[in-house]
Amino acid sequence: MVSINTDKPLLAHLLRRAGFGATFHELDRYSQLGYEAAVDELLHPERQPAIEEDVLERYFIDWKESRNIEGALTEFVYRMNAYAGGRPLQEKIALFWHGVFATGLAKVLHEKTMLNQIDLFREHGLGNFRDFLLHLAKDPAMIFWLDNNFNHKDAPNENWGRELLELFSLGVGMDGEENYTEDDVKNAARAFTGWTIDDDNVASIPFGKTPWLFRYLPEDHDDGEKTFMGHTGNFNGEDIIDIIVKQPATARFISRHLYNFFVADDVQVPAWQHTPPGDPEAVKVLEEEYFRSNYNIRSMLRVLFNSDSFKSDQARFAKVKSPAEVVVGTLHLLGDFKFPKRGIFEVALGCRYMGQDLLNPPSVEGWHTGEEWIDSGSLVERVNFVADQVSDIAQPGVRAMVDTLLDRAVELDPVSVINECLELLGHVRLHEKNKEHLAGEIRSMLDQRSGLVAGSTEERLSAEKTVLHTIKMIGSSREYQFA
Amino acid sequence: MTSTNKDPILVVVQLTGGNDYMNTVIPYQDPVYYDSRKTVGVAQDDVLPISDDLAFNPALNAVKIMYDEGKVAVINGIGYPCPNRSHFRSMDIWHTCEPEKVGNEGWLGRAIRDLDPQAENVLTGVNFGRGLPRAMALTGVPVASVAVLETYGVLTGISGEQERAEALDLFSRMYSPILGTGPVMDYLGSTGLDALKGADILKTVPGQYQSSVEYADSIIGRNLQGIAKVLTANLGTRIFYTQQPGYDTHANQGPVHGVLLAHLSQAVSDFYDDLKEHNASENVLIYLFTEFGRRVKDNGSGTDHGAGGLAMAIGDPVKGGIYSEFPSMREEDLEEGDLKYNIDFRGVYGTVAEKWLGLDASSIVGGKFEQLDFV
Repeated sequence: MVSINTDKPLLAHLLRRAGFGATFHELDRYSQLGYEAAVDELLHPERQPAIEEDVLERYFIDWKESRNIEGALTEFVYRMNAYAGGRPLQEKIALFWHGVFATGLAKVLHEKTMLNQIDLFREHGLGNFRDFLLHLAKDPAMIFWLDNNFNHKDAPNENWGRELLELFSLGVGMDGEENYTEDDVKNAARAFTGWTIDDDNVASIPFGKTPWLFRYLPEDHDDGEKTFMGHTGNFNGEDIIDIIVKQPATARFISRHLYNFFVADDVQVPAWQHTPPGDPEAVKVLEEEYFRSNYNIRSMLRVLFNSDSFKSDQARFAKVKSPAEVVVGTLHLLGDFKFPKRGIFEVALGCRYMGQDLLNPPSVEGWHTGEEWIDSGSLVERVNFVADQVSDIAQPGVRAMVDTLLDRAVELDPVSVINECLELLGHVRLHEKNKEHLAGEIRSMLDQRSGLVAGSTEERLSAEKTVLHTIKMIGSSREYQFA
Repeated sequence: MTSTNKDPILVVVQLTGGNDYMNTVIPYQDPVYYDSRKTVGVAQDDVLPISDDLAFNPALNAVKIMYDEGKVAVINGIGYPCPNRSHFRSMDIWHTCEPEKVGNEGWLGRAIRDLDPQAENVLTGVNFGRGLPRAMALTGVPVASVAVLETYGVLTGISGEQERAEALDLFSRMYSPILGTGPVMDYLGSTGLDALKGADILKTVPGQYQSSVEYADSIIGRNLQGIAKVLTANLGTRIFYTQQPGYDTHANQGPVHGVLLAHLSQAVSDFYDDLKEHNASENVLIYLFTEFGRRVKDNGSGTDHGAGGLAMAIGDPVKGGIYSEFPSMREEDLEEGDLKYNIDFRGVYGTVAEKWLGLDASSIVGGKFEQLDFV
């Protein structure tokens, strides 16, 4: 029997949120570490080994030559899966910021530049929010996405200035009030005039698509006096960011986003001005940590993951998985695609079919989350995807689960088979009623016996089939859609 | 459901990628057209005239025949204020009728809700393609999204018939309501059961279908044939949706665009013949649209994203002809190098919703807009 270690379900919860779930082997290791050390390890992905880029590049020369949106999507999903074991939070935080600073290839049309933005999220997404926003303001994909390359001294374009305030930091409003005025938008835009991209790099010929670069043009910068959120001065973009990060509204907005992504589904972002957070206390703790830590996202997440509200039973399975979580979480469980190979592209497309076209969000507002991920079309895609993948015995991760269960060589009654499978799948849950339904099916597969036995080769094959079916049906359940 | 097989049916075909309007319906007498389109322009001798100034692309031969029979309405210069040239955003606007803010309700989702307010038929709306188009998305409105009819369903990876039937039976029990598990579990449960119900009905469809029409092989042909199979099975579906991808013709437009239009034209014609053979054409309206037209000037190989586009309504119920003006291509009349729209797409959707489906247009398209008389 698998030893009953009481903190494994909690660690599994942590890994579903801070990563893409954990295999039972990984959970063994994390439980040796203990919860707080596991949190610490997750918060410092840079201390874990990187994937061997040089080996990849030697044997798969073209693997990063993402010449189209599908190639870029594949690389994104490949990396998330490759790091899901060692540096899961690095990928999860990148996915988080991709949803907040939602930039899309539909307009950017430049895959490397777009993937560089995701790299920026990986590298700075856990760091100081002020520095991070500054990097974002200089990110070529973002500049192009929100037209800051058309934001000129003589002809300001407010797109970036507005979204910086509305979607990336302050939010439209909180507690029923407005967080900024139209004049603030205009002046923020003026402060970012001259922040553009290197024109020479826009051309994609003759050497393929070289990534765009940030360029500051002092002659196109509006040097006049600006009044922004009650402050007056000859502000440049950096000054605007300095003022923004000091606002309580920014603390609230970022805290709510973190809570919504890592703890429990909240109402959709456009409703935040008038709807208080689902758990105002938990959000308040994050707001305080935001200021205490000098805007450090890593510190906020440390507080979050170690908080009682995160660890509580109410927080478990309180989120509908995003399509990326379904796809990458499943791949991680399978232990497949250690190297790029055929099939990864089709698998990556699963995200799109389930309603999350990575690198191509519906708009700068990103995706609506929670139950809005689900419609009859996307649910069928989810169910079929997971069912097909997790019951493929050729996958090393599936083989490991089945063998681990059967090697215990004890006669298992149907409910025990289910419980073992739930545990091996990462301490997931099934409602008691659904366990009964599933147990009934297993009983009918047991062929007169009262339990699962795997003595002879023949018995073992039949038992394998039963276990695979059990895993498949758990993967198809409603409960499995929750993280 | 009171629905009978003679209820009005709408088949929407999305031309994904931004169909080049001016090379679909060509102002073949206008020198500005030929000046602007030195590379991609279609020669005057090749076009299929439908009026003194407008002509179809020669690839639309089959549609031209239907046009001559009075079954095709050409809707010129369709668009919306402040056109967006991003595929995704612009398509989103066409899907949600929300040009200013980002909406998440589709106009056809609202139409399906109004046609079947109690959601009695899980197949009132059927999409052919992977994933649900936002046009059909509305919380609480079940829509079946079918990639391939013959293999559509839940848990399709299970090969044994008996085994799969048992698994589906278990699936339906595991998705049945459980008291006290909360609204999200309830919602997932009903969504799963709806999907199952839809799949159950649809799996009987291929066996019932017989036709002497052989569709020319293409993506759009296969999808329209799938629609014909479901439509002629009389399952009460009122709104069908499908897409033909590939219209983003930035480069090498000439041959690429011609093939797309030829596929489209032949598929629509095959589809119509199929319905006719099944005595099912008189209550079906086909509606074609795209997210935007393309720039007036070509780029030396293809055309870039523009505004002001084309829609067409095709079928027996359509009053054929040319609707709305072809926008002026003169430099001074353009907006940022693009045609100016002269009919709001929401008025055209409104026409379809009100005059064809018999619904209140304003709640579906979000306001009152000028309607046309093509139906």
